[in-house]
Amino acid sequence: MEVTLALLAGFLVAAGAYLMMSGKLLPYLFGLTMISNAANLIIFASGRLSYADPPLVAPGETAVAAGAANALPQALILTAIVIGFGLLVFALTLTYRSYYVLGTIEMDHMRAAEPPEGQG
Amino acid sequence: MGKPEAGDGQAGLWRLVPAVLAAAAFLWFAGFVGPVSRGATPEAVLPWAPSLGVEFSLRLDGLSLAFALLIAGIGAICLLYAAAYFRSDPRLTKLLVTLSLFAVSMLGLVLADDVVTLFLFWEGTTITSWILVGFDHERASARAAALQALLVTGLGGLALLAGLLLVGGEVGSLRLSGMNAAGDLLRAAPIYPWVLALVAVAAFTKSAQFPFQFWLPNAMAAPTPVSAYLHSATMVKAGVYLLARLSPAMGGTEAWFWTLAPVGGLTMALSAVWALRQPDLKMMLAFTTVTALGMMTMLIGVGTPEAVLAAMCFLIVHALYKAGLFLGVGMIEKGAGTRDYMALGGLRGALPLSFAAIALAALAMAGAPPFLGFVAKEAGYAAAGDLAVAVAALVLANALMVACGGLVAIRPFFGPVRSPKARPADPDWALWLGPCALAMLGLAFGLAPGATERALVGPMAAAVTGGPIHAHLALWHGFGAPLVLTLVTYALGVGLYLAADRLRGGLAAAEPRLPRTEGWYDAGLAGLTAFARAVTRRVQDGAMTSYLRRTFTAFALLVWGALLLGQAFRWPSLAAPPDLIDWTIVILIVLSAGLVLRTTSRLTAIAALGGIGAGIAIVFVLYGAIDVAMTQLFVEILVVIFIAIAMVRLPATGPMPFRPRDAAVAAALGIGIAAGTLAMLGTDLDRFMTTFFETASYPQAKGRNVVNVILVDFRGLDTMGEIAVIVIAGVAAVAALRAGRGALR
Repeated sequence: MEVTLALLAGFLVAAGAYLMMSGKLLPYLFGLTMISNAANLIIFASGRLSYADPPLVAPGETAVAAGAANALPQALILTAIVIGFGLLVFALTLTYRSYYVLGTIEMDHMRAAEPPEGQG
Repeated sequence: MGKPEAGDGQAGLWRLVPAVLAAAAFLWFAGFVGPVSRGATPEAVLPWAPSLGVEFSLRLDGLSLAFALLIAGIGAICLLYAAAYFRSDPRLTKLLVTLSLFAVSMLGLVLADDVVTLFLFWEGTTITSWILVGFDHERASARAAALQALLVTGLGGLALLAGLLLVGGEVGSLRLSGMNAAGDLLRAAPIYPWVLALVAVAAFTKSAQFPFQFWLPNAMAAPTPVSAYLHSATMVKAGVYLLARLSPAMGGTEAWFWTLAPVGGLTMALSAVWALRQPDLKMMLAFTTVTALGMMTMLIGVGTPEAVLAAMCFLIVHALYKAGLFLGVGMIEKGAGTRDYMALGGLRGALPLSFAAIALAALAMAGAPPFLGFVAKEAGYAAAGDLAVAVAALVLANALMVACGGLVAIRPFFGPVRSPKARPADPDWALWLGPCALAMLGLAFGLAPGATERALVGPMAAAVTGGPIHAHLALWHGFGAPLVLTLVTYALGVGLYLAADRLRGGLAAAEPRLPRTEGWYDAGLAGLTAFARAVTRRVQDGAMTSYLRRTFTAFALLVWGALLLGQAFRWPSLAAPPDLIDWTIVILIVLSAGLVLRTTSRLTAIAALGGIGAGIAIVFVLYGAIDVAMTQLFVEILVVIFIAIAMVRLPATGPMPFRPRDAAVAAALGIGIAAGTLAMLGTDLDRFMTTFFETASYPQAKGRNVVNVILVDFRGLDTMGEIAVIVIAGVAAVAALRAGRGALR
């Protein structure tokens, strides 16, 4: 399954990058979400996969039984998901805000910071 | 003290402190004259970067000592002069501090024995010179001159570092003394021409040799004490110093001669002619400074013991008389209100001290006996010997210096009284003391050429040639070719003086039609700016999609670069091939992503996006990551809700035509990421951390859910930081939504 996930992550990155380069606000956000998801998949795959039990310490034991899923990537992904969510929400408000201030959803028409030459 | 001026009260005795310190340094160095003239070379070494062979090392030999004495002695005079010249100027502190920094840098430059130490101080002089040339920073011309001096000499600094590091690699020592000891090795090395070229660029830029000569006259934008100190007596001699210092390592070859002598001779002759063009006395002196530097360069290029002795003697002479003349012209300007000799005349009664100082210095410049200038000139003629071109150039340059000496010493002081100031008068003691002392010193050295040679010039020349000198300085060489040439020089000089006004007019008329090497600088600078602008316009076109495209392209290149240049690719094991459930999920995700790509309906897109998230959550569930799956689901739901809310308020995206270029970039990136992930999976898994958490989770943190324990205990601070990030993002989002809301509606 790791190999499949690697290919899937590549596909999601490609789709996400393509959407982000579209220059429109909503597809840009979709692309960002996809790349965020792809990153989580890659981290997950890096811990190697099997149809395993969650990494829990059984009552009466002091360590996780052999064959449980790798706990480390899971902890990293949890952090990544939440941070990715924060990023997305912030990007979303910026999108919304820039549309209302600049009156366009075309990113290439947003030239307030770098006005075209001759209009500086 | 003289008459009080406005603001005199706020300037106390402290302003004399730099001058006193410099005088103390002068006396300290003077104590070394005896030992060094007997062959001692005191050293001081501090380890700096031992692993690189870099030391902070200083070494005092005849050449360094003479320079140190000039720097400290003339420094004391110029610092005193500056304190008086700018006594009522609020910028006095800045001037004195920068001048003192320069003095320290210059001392370090001539004392350094280590290449990196030398470079450090070399750049120190460049930077302080930049600040001082641009001292009147409100004037655009001063800023431009400062930038020009910085760029030209900065270029030389880089050449110096490159050249000397190459030498260091060749001879295996970063010590200048080590390089000088390994001269034969270096001269035979294949890199010798490159090293010579680099060192020559460094010396020619610093010492204003053709074709870099233009920056020095422009640097006259600096105040008078600065020009006297940096741009005549000391800093501009750093290039000459470098050539002299490296003579034992690099000199004595055909290439050395043909690089230095023609450039020096050409610079000397051209700038001497151009000096006559200047009605401004300070500018005239600036051009004769270039002349003098050219003369020294040429003589070092000739490289015989006689030539080196003449060059070193002339170096001392020039430092003394030229600093005196610059300061004297500053006195005229203070006392009479202008530096333009066309507007001056008959001032010898009103400015007797200025007249005395300038007259003595001008006699030294003209090479009149019994001044040391005469000794140096005779030595130069003797050294040039049968090099007819060199002799002719020397005669021309010396004759023009006679004429310039006449212009500066006669025109302002004789004839009918003319002065912009109503009542011209000598300025106070702090201004006249230095120039008069310098003038007297020039005379004293000339009267005792033997002692001068034993104490100063001989040890200098010995350091340059690398052995004892058998030639000698003398006031009277007997009847011979040098004496004839001297007489020719005087006659020609007097003739040029008498024709000065006509010549100046002719040169001024010819000036616009002549080629200017400064034009190369201007064109180079303009080209650089145009290049930068073109690159910026191309790279920074203001369109966000091009920035994204470039970012993704660079990312793809990085990934592919790592893949192709990194370790050999190892295919991961396919021991557990995906089964039906896996395929189902993957197909769900791929189809959802494809739908997001293809659809024009926003609602469909959002639903498909949710499909991707849900599919990934199922992957997490299947492979033992329950907590992650729950978080993923919650977050996915929130994402869909938020985007849906935003979507309602944003207009429809409209049709999205296929973009082949973006698709190519995206595909390259995606394939690279997939390949990179496969390569990562092909490596062996290190379970060290996982095992630690699995076994330590319960005993140490009393938690049975290992993932939770990692997050809230082992990596608790990380999690707190993460929460802070979320809070900040939330606050920022609220702020972005609320800010100026009234104005928007």
